[in-house]
Amino acid sequence: MMQALSKPSEGASGLTGMWRIKRPLLDPEKCNACMLCWLYCPEGTIARRRGGKPSIVYEYCKGCGICSEVCPSKAIRMLRRERGAPDR
Amino acid sequence: MLLTGNHAVAYGVRDAAAEVIAAYPITPQTQIVEKLAEFVEKGQMRARYVRVESEHSAMAACIAAEACGARSFTATSSQGLLYMSEVVFWAGLGRFPVTMAVVTRTLAPPWSIWNEHMDILSQRDAGWVIMMCENAQEAYDTAIQAFRIAEDERLLQPVMYGLDAFTISHTAEEVDLLEKGDVEGYLPPLDPKKLRVYMDPESPGTFGNLVGPDMMMEMRHSIKEAFERAREVIKGAVKGYERISGRRQAGLIEEYKCRDAEVVIVTMGASSGDAKDAIDALRERGVRAGLVRLRVIRPLPREEILEAVKGAKVVATVDRDYSFGYGGILGGELAGFVKNTMCRFVAGLGGRDLTPEDFQGIALKALDVAEKGEEREEFWWGLKR
Amino acid sequence: MTAMFSIKDLVEEEYTLPGNASCPGCAAALSLRIALKVLGPKTILVVPASCISVIQGYYPKTPCRVPVLNVAFASTAAVGSGMVAALDLKGKSDVKVLCWAGDGGTADIGLQALSGAAERNENMIYVCYDNEAYMNTGTQRSGSTPRTAATTTTVTGKPERKKSVPEIMVAHMVPYVATACAAFPLDFAGKLRRAASMPLRGLKYIHLLSPCPPGWRFPAEKTIEVGRLAVMTGFWILYEWVDGRYNLTGPSKGLLDKSKRRPLRDYLSIQGRFGHLTEKDIESLEEEVEEQWKDFARKMSMT
Repeated sequence: MMQALSKPSEGASGLTGMWRIKRPLLDPEKCNACMLCWLYCPEGTIARRRGGKPSIVYEYCKGCGICSEVCPSKAIRMLRRERGAPDR
Repeated sequence: MLLTGNHAVAYGVRDAAAEVIAAYPITPQTQIVEKLAEFVEKGQMRARYVRVESEHSAMAACIAAEACGARSFTATSSQGLLYMSEVVFWAGLGRFPVTMAVVTRTLAPPWSIWNEHMDILSQRDAGWVIMMCENAQEAYDTAIQAFRIAEDERLLQPVMYGLDAFTISHTAEEVDLLEKGDVEGYLPPLDPKKLRVYMDPESPGTFGNLVGPDMMMEMRHSIKEAFERAREVIKGAVKGYERISGRRQAGLIEEYKCRDAEVVIVTMGASSGDAKDAIDALRERGVRAGLVRLRVIRPLPREEILEAVKGAKVVATVDRDYSFGYGGILGGELAGFVKNTMCRFVAGLGGRDLTPEDFQGIALKALDVAEKGEEREEFWWGLKR
Repeated sequence: MTAMFSIKDLVEEEYTLPGNASCPGCAAALSLRIALKVLGPKTILVVPASCISVIQGYYPKTPCRVPVLNVAFASTAAVGSGMVAALDLKGKSDVKVLCWAGDGGTADIGLQALSGAAERNENMIYVCYDNEAYMNTGTQRSGSTPRTAATTTTVTGKPERKKSVPEIMVAHMVPYVATACAAFPLDFAGKLRRAASMPLRGLKYIHLLSPCPPGWRFPAEKTIEVGRLAVMTGFWILYEWVDGRYNLTGPSKGLLDKSKRRPLRDYLSIQGRFGHLTEKDIESLEEEVEEQWKDFARKMSMT
């Protein structure tokens, strides 16, 4: 019999990183670990490493650029994604 | 106990230990939910009563209660049922085992509070088991059986049952009630683990998000299969009920003197009693007449009907409803599989009286049509010209 | 007053998993993510037709790690009511019901059910995420669209003013009413925590302004900036109504004084939906904002 309920899963709508036009690049040198990028990421694709700095999960990052905008130390740059370039 | 059909339903729902009742008033149903409010407020039922602001909300709350593992009930009628309709389908297509009493009443405009079956039949594609009661006793019995049918693991679909406005809803009869212990054995508490949809934080799941064209047919098919099992589920529920009540119960259909009948009338609901009187009177006059009363409309009991009418010269359907541009609804449905000559009657719309004499006339007219081989197959009985 | 909520108060655990179907820069997805972090796994989410019903993606997967019931458009608060009744009967007082509907599902088609639930004071949290139009169907005007905003059904700008659902909720005398904005997630989180931890049973209502990049026509990365400007220009006021009193919260606290507000045109000029406005239109909206604050000041002093 078919199950009635959908089950929690990453990528419920696929590898949404494929949607990305621009790619966020975090410069760990500039990052002060304030975690605002983690707070504001709509997708939850920025991992909060214990005691350390944030890291971006590219499989699902849609490249909206909010992290780059809210970063007070300008540590995240948005790079135009190169066609066909490895991106995950 | 002397009870109206409405109060019989309320006692049935009480005895079935419904846990959440969500309801909105509408004539002629209101007494059901008033009585239940009284039961809950006086502590005679361990239930929560949600006094919602519309029928749409009533069914929505019932669905939600089922999704949280609570046995739920509502009642409505006519306009209320139509207003609720979106969520009626939600319950059926989502497979939430709600039960609902529908006091059948004419749809407006113009305003009318009297009996007709168009309201309940308008919901026949909603994925609900649909039953019709003949009298107050059967209303009580059905109120309890409906939960057992709905919650059966082989089915898990909602059940609605109709009571004719006033002739059942407001007419007092002697009704036998069951002992509490007997009902508990027949209808154990709802086990949330059996439910298709259960909102469990320990095992979270999402109900109702998008389904693509790759899966929807299969989902619909699983409901179709559930309805194929519904016949056995209903028969089992009726048999089990006969054991605890010691009273004979109609199954999917009730056959009355069909075995040697040359004309078989097909009805549903309260007027079946008058039709039976007509059958008796006709037989006294030497006319071999019989009756099939449909107790269950969905699933449509095709095989039982075919078996009951197989020897008849003519089958006369009596519809208290109409599908414009098509015909009486039961008549149309039976015409899809009954091979006998058929004569389709539309009668008693808007609460117009349907007497035993009318049913005698209907049977004789049907025989006459069959003998003459008349072309016309639909008659508006008692229409003023 | 709501205790300050800091970023450290937010759990690391994600209850909306990445890879959902929200548009890039979606404030509704962000806010739901924050809300579930605050309320935790013992929450049942009720969702009517809305962007959130699409964001969940396709069966048999879901991004949500709490139970979710998708329900008919108009039925959100009624479904919440039925859940509350069942959970109460079953003694599951630790499970919270969170109704999460859009502005169409709240201000328009769902208002009757919401009013009923508020009048009965059902024990639930109701969040309206207000992106000020029917975004899921492609930006048609709702009762919550602000005056002058262009939508696909008001192509020259909406003539009517925005309906205030929070004030409608205040009129129902529920225990808690607040406004919030997706660009101030910690303010929102604090309000949710307060709503969830109130000892008083009843309906807690939060009206959350949720900037929408495609619907309001601004670039996805500007979601937070647009939301901040909505508040800093005074266009959207952050407040709470509790115990019969109005309080300004967060950055709105200092904005009773008109001179402290950012110019309204900063907010209007970065959104395509206001791109057609004339100087006169902008002035009339400025007057409207001022009027809104005077009205708010009057209500604050009256309570």
